[in-house]
Amino acid sequence: MSAHKKIALLGGTKGMGRALARQLAARGDALCLLGRGGEALEASATDLIARGAEGRIFTAHCDLLDLDSFAGALDEAARLLGGLDTVIVTAGMFGTQEALEADDDLRRKMLMVNFSGTVEFCEQARRRLLANAGGGTLCVFSSVAGDRGRKPVALYGSTKAGLSHYLESLDHKHRAEGLVTLCVKPGFVKTGMTAGLSPPPFAGEPEQVARDVIKAIDKGKPLLYTPGMWRWVMFIIKRLPRFVMRKIGF
Amino acid sequence: MSSPDLQRPAPQLLEGWGRCPRVEAPALASDDLPAITREANLSRGLGRAYGDAALPDGGDKLVAVTPLADRVLHFDTEGGKFRAEAGLSLYTLNRITMPQGWFTPVSTGTQFVTLGGMVASDVHGKNHHVSGTFGRHVSALKMRVADGRILEISRDHEPELFRATLGGMGLTGHILEVEFQLEAISSPWIYEESERLPDIETIMTRLSASSDDWPMTVAWIDTSSKGKKLGRGIVMTGRWATAEEAKAGMPPEKREITVPFTVPHGVVSRFTLGLANTAWYTKHGGKYVKHVAHPQDYFYPLDAIQEWNRGYGPKGFTQYQCVMPSEPALFRQLLELFQKMGGASFVTVLKDCGPQGEGLLSFPKRGTSLALDIPVRSGTQALVDAMNEFVLKHDGRIYLAKDAFTRREHFQAMYPNLSAFNAIRQQWDPEGRISSAMATRLIDEVQG
Repeated sequence: MSAHKKIALLGGTKGMGRALARQLAARGDALCLLGRGGEALEASATDLIARGAEGRIFTAHCDLLDLDSFAGALDEAARLLGGLDTVIVTAGMFGTQEALEADDDLRRKMLMVNFSGTVEFCEQARRRLLANAGGGTLCVFSSVAGDRGRKPVALYGSTKAGLSHYLESLDHKHRAEGLVTLCVKPGFVKTGMTAGLSPPPFAGEPEQVARDVIKAIDKGKPLLYTPGMWRWVMFIIKRLPRFVMRKIGF
Repeated sequence: MSSPDLQRPAPQLLEGWGRCPRVEAPALASDDLPAITREANLSRGLGRAYGDAALPDGGDKLVAVTPLADRVLHFDTEGGKFRAEAGLSLYTLNRITMPQGWFTPVSTGTQFVTLGGMVASDVHGKNHHVSGTFGRHVSALKMRVADGRILEISRDHEPELFRATLGGMGLTGHILEVEFQLEAISSPWIYEESERLPDIETIMTRLSASSDDWPMTVAWIDTSSKGKKLGRGIVMTGRWATAEEAKAGMPPEKREITVPFTVPHGVVSRFTLGLANTAWYTKHGGKYVKHVAHPQDYFYPLDAIQEWNRGYGPKGFTQYQCVMPSEPALFRQLLELFQKMGGASFVTVLKDCGPQGEGLLSFPKRGTSLALDIPVRSGTQALVDAMNEFVLKHDGRIYLAKDAFTRREHFQAMYPNLSAFNAIRQQWDPEGRISSAMATRLIDEVQG
């Protein structure tokens, strides 16, 4: 395994981001948790330290709805960590299609956070990682929901489709310069984000996703489906004809 | 980022560890307990209560599922004070604290329980005669009470609610955070001595004699042997190994195996259980054995087989656990009654208990506790009724965390503090928002 990393993690307080933060901290990586601050961010840092984090743990303020907070957050993370070689984004919003259609505020916020906010954050991260002599890794959580236009994720899925597209381009464009971009596409994972939805077959656990993501980061992969089964599920769904997609509710 | 709209989810099948009874009800699992408990009628942890303690009262009630809420909020590695969200499992707790020289003050026989569940059932372990129940070591709780407020309670703040919550089966409100004192350990290994003994009388005598010298004691008994050999078994005593006795390093992670499917009904029968009991008794070998044990083998032998509850077949099983005065004659009679009515059990445990704790519905009290696993069959209700009548006659009582079959009149006669508990529940939850299938079966006022 490579030397310990210096990681800024946006979204490490909950769900898959929490599981990932725990595993990275346990193996000795230094982490700066980025988030909206307050109790949740501090509690997550305390949790990592109490669980025996081998590396150092910091926090810095960052809000995906506040585009102007990104540069400062990443600079602060680099200052605290004494450098920055990896940036991870697990943060994102979810809403059911019905809720997003009905609630104008929720929909606008989700569109802002999941696409504009995340891409702008990545742009700020890209600049800083490219400025490193050794480049770095940008790992961002998209979703299998972006792989095909589907009825239940028309809005949420479209933000993830755009994000996946951006991340793929970034990897093509900058890998030769040393910046590796990893697009993570989780399938259904049992977290607070999916609370209240009935888990389909092949539903994953956050700990398993975190293990897969760390392996993919270490190997420098550009794309990860996790749990792995979703790669094949989406392989089939991407090939279903339109008349079938119109009929089914999935 | 933001939580999703916490709309009412589709009903899902919920069951206790005994897989009987089962309820279809909506359940929300999240790392955000304050959010999911707002509308919920009951909190549920890892579902290791055997019967209906963590099942809602009917399909229109909402259940908050806690294990994703597992952040450690404070761990003083010098003094041993620990605070975490209620969904943290004992499995994870042990892996966090043992490398630092600390252990839970009280451990159940499985690691797959949550802190919230340990408080709600006021659990006990092999050290009950020394350390009492888990509740004794709890210094504060954060609760969401029925009117929606979130309160920090302790022996100083809302002491009545605090005491009713220790062993209160989750019926006084939702437990959000638990603060308690860990126990310092001399090493992460166990020094164990065990002795094979020929009958229930010698077992109980040895068990009570051991409790003067050992911080942890328990006995396993054979429920298939009869007559002179009735209740033969093994008394196991233990303490934390000293630094010199301990093996080097932390105990390695044990590999677990999983029961891959539900074993067909009838495979676990009186006959096969008799064979298993005999094998276990014989396997111990020589009369007296001493060794340094892996803490997992010592505290959680059954955790090595994941989903072992599937072994009892599709109808499930129940555990009958009672406490009675420590008179061997009583236990002999109870075991004879159990055998006469066709009962058979593999996991049968005897434990001497110290005095009752603070919790109003806390189970252990001075005496000896007996726990029998019983596959569910047509005669199970009659068996539990008969045993309850015997236990009640001898000033005993049953453990709610295990129960699915006890009748209301038996339960109410067993717990003298029930009316005090009900008064506190009435005060904090006059509309009866917090409820469970168990409460409806045993406690709540009958409507009309």
